[in-house]
Amino acid sequence: MKQADFVKIVMPFKDKVFRLAKRLLISREEAEDATQEILLKLWKNNKKIEDYKNVEAFSMTMTKNFCLDRLKSKQAQNLKIVHSNYTDGNTSLQKQVEAKDSVDWVSKIMEDLPEQQKIIVQLRDIEEYDFAEIAKMLDMNETAIRVNLSRARKIIREKLTNTHQYGIK
Amino acid sequence: MVLNNIEKLVEKYNNAETTLKEEAQLKAYFLSDDVAPHLEHYKPMFQYFSNAKKEQYTKDVPLKSNKTQLYKWISVAAVAVLMLGIFIPNWNSGPKTLSEYTPEEQKLYLETKQALALISNNLNQGLQGMNALDMAGDNLNRGLEKAHYISVYSNTTNKLLKN
Repeated sequence: MKQADFVKIVMPFKDKVFRLAKRLLISREEAEDATQEILLKLWKNNKKIEDYKNVEAFSMTMTKNFCLDRLKSKQAQNLKIVHSNYTDGNTSLQKQVEAKDSVDWVSKIMEDLPEQQKIIVQLRDIEEYDFAEIAKMLDMNETAIRVNLSRARKIIREKLTNTHQYGIK
Repeated sequence: MVLNNIEKLVEKYNNAETTLKEEAQLKAYFLSDDVAPHLEHYKPMFQYFSNAKKEQYTKDVPLKSNKTQLYKWISVAAVAVLMLGIFIPNWNSGPKTLSEYTPEEQKLYLETKQALALISNNLNQGLQGMNALDMAGDNLNRGLEKAHYISVYSNTTNKLLKN
């Protein structure tokens, strides 16, 4: 397989890999590193790629596992200090204004979700995969995914309603 | 779109029972400007989802591993060829006797030897011819010596004449 063929296969979903990585790792730099790592792993095994039925689903599973490993590893213990797109609503006026911006607020709510739900919301609501695909990627059954998704949506909705009505965080 | 329909969809959405198509409908509705006030709080959620989908991975990935490996092996092969080139001629340079060659080669060798012997014979004959020249040179030298005697003789006669 030539580099051009590989790029053709990878192009459509490399952004999805990156977004999932960023959802889990939060830091943009960490997510970029993770994406690069995933793509290089795929490239290293590019002879086997043709055997995979669904390279995209396989890559998403790989991304999920890789990011969860990163989060568990010792190195990631200080991840929260490292990333630069971390927003602290209390420090400056500008950040307070930003925090009031509800759209921004959704991403913060999502940061607080458990990892499983984060992944599911990311895959379903943002990347718009159907349940069968998500089930394959996460190695879960569809019912469990639906339950998790509805819980996650409920949490987001409630927190959003609170901020909307009272203007508090 | 009928508000009733949207409310039903939202209900289904909250229970995670909507299909992708229905979710697309919801998204379109919440991203439009006329959202019913009691559903307003869903708006940022869908806005965020559609914004988040726009984020892109912009870094380049260095995909070179295969090429560099090829170059590595080419250089290894080149070194191997060089080493062979240096060592192989030394292994084969031991002297061979005539009997080790094939009959044709032996014949060729003998013929060449004969031809070379012929040439050297002729050369020797030529050398003998040269000997004659050598003798002529000798005679000339003798003649010169004789001439010297003559000059000595004339010197003495001159002296006698003066006296």
